[in-house]
Amino acid sequence: MTKQYKAVSLISGGLDSMLATQLVLAQGIHVEGINFFTGFCVEGHTHAIRKHDKNKVKRNNALWVAEQLGIKLHIIDIVEEYKNVVLNPKHGYGQHVNPCLDCKIFMVGKAKAWMEAQGFDFIITGEVIGQRPMSQLAKRMPIVAAESGADDRLLRPLCAQNLAPTLPEREGWIDRAQLKDFSGRSRKPQMALAKSFAIDDYAQPAGGCCFLTDKNYATKLQDLWQARKKRDYELDDIMLLKVGRHLRPTENFKLIIGREEGENNYLSGYRKQFTSMRVLDHEGPLALVDGTPTAEELHLAARITARFSQGRDAQNVEVGITTDSGSAHTLNVQPLPADELPKAWYV
Amino acid sequence: MSDHELDARNLLCPMPVIRVQNKVNQLQAGDILTVYCTDPGVKQDIPAWCRINGHALVGEPEERDNDIILTLRVGD
Ligand code: SF4
Repeated sequence: MTKQYKAVSLISGGLDSMLATQLVLAQGIHVEGINFFTGFCVEGHTHAIRKHDKNKVKRNNALWVAEQLGIKLHIIDIVEEYKNVVLNPKHGYGQHVNPCLDCKIFMVGKAKAWMEAQGFDFIITGEVIGQRPMSQLAKRMPIVAAESGADDRLLRPLCAQNLAPTLPEREGWIDRAQLKDFSGRSRKPQMALAKSFAIDDYAQPAGGCCFLTDKNYATKLQDLWQARKKRDYELDDIMLLKVGRHLRPTENFKLIIGREEGENNYLSGYRKQFTSMRVLDHEGPLALVDGTPTAEELHLAARITARFSQGRDAQNVEVGITTDSGSAHTLNVQPLPADELPKAWYV
Repeated sequence: MSDHELDARNLLCPMPVIRVQNKVNQLQAGDILTVYCTDPGVKQDIPAWCRINGHALVGEPEERDNDIILTLRVGD
């Protein structure tokens, strides 16, 4: 009996890793998927939080892809270890705070450890030469294989024919002739291949697979580091950067203001970690105060919060303030007029 | 066969799925796991995860107070 070879595939939820996996499945290889949760993933959360997305199906794309392919999927929480990748990328950042090359090396390295622990034979990724993110640039392709330690057990089915044959190809576990030679930025070959597999409903990530490639998100993350005078973060920090309006009127504090009910509910889950405020005599959002405002600054925070409530045109409104330890008091404030709220406060 | 519970409240997807996965890895086939969540995304994600990995959802997701409650039977 010939050996049943097994591959672990890095499933991002996007089309490329889906196609790469399908190419290998079609050759009779047993494939299982692995998906890494870094905290920055564009999956689920924001959809789940914001109400106006309620009608959209809030599917997790990686799970969906695995189900379409008929493979198992293992989702791995790498939040803690991933910090070092984001904070100290050996190969630097891409356009924003995306450490794509280090990220790929790290993930392939993790997949390699998983492969060895589970007795699998090789690793698949959906990388394509000459296509973003930056680790996919041709000259950098060997770095991922070498620095992750995966070496020639790393197969990129979509561009394998442009690269030196890997172990699975040389050993005949897989037929190189049936792999692809995609390159460049054009998505046409992928779309055509998808069509040939009758795959028509796939996620089209705009930009990258994670928030680190998002300009606005990157600005918020850098603001956080600057304000805390320390480049570090907790999972809660990076989740909160995806929610609400963020305003920093002074160095000392930032306000996170819910934009609608879903966000208010989500933010209210953090009332034991932050001072929170809400207008009491009108409808209005929940706001979290991040930092250590002076009494004067807290008063300003209350006026800003009032600005975003239905009472914005009232002479005075009552703002209820609760500290993280639960002690509550009320401030009677005049809502901040629109022209006193500079754009520069928005992070 | 035994019954187990998991609190995945205030976690956003895919964290509840990861918690379920890690818990199920410690359970035996036939065990029952009841999961308490708050993120509505779990109504899609946990059943999908079960289908993919060969576990069975027992009944429909239930909503009680602010919780979304799912029960599953661990597969082989
Ligand atoms: S976009 Fe994000 S997840 Fe994708 S390779 Fe870059 S850093 Fe990693």
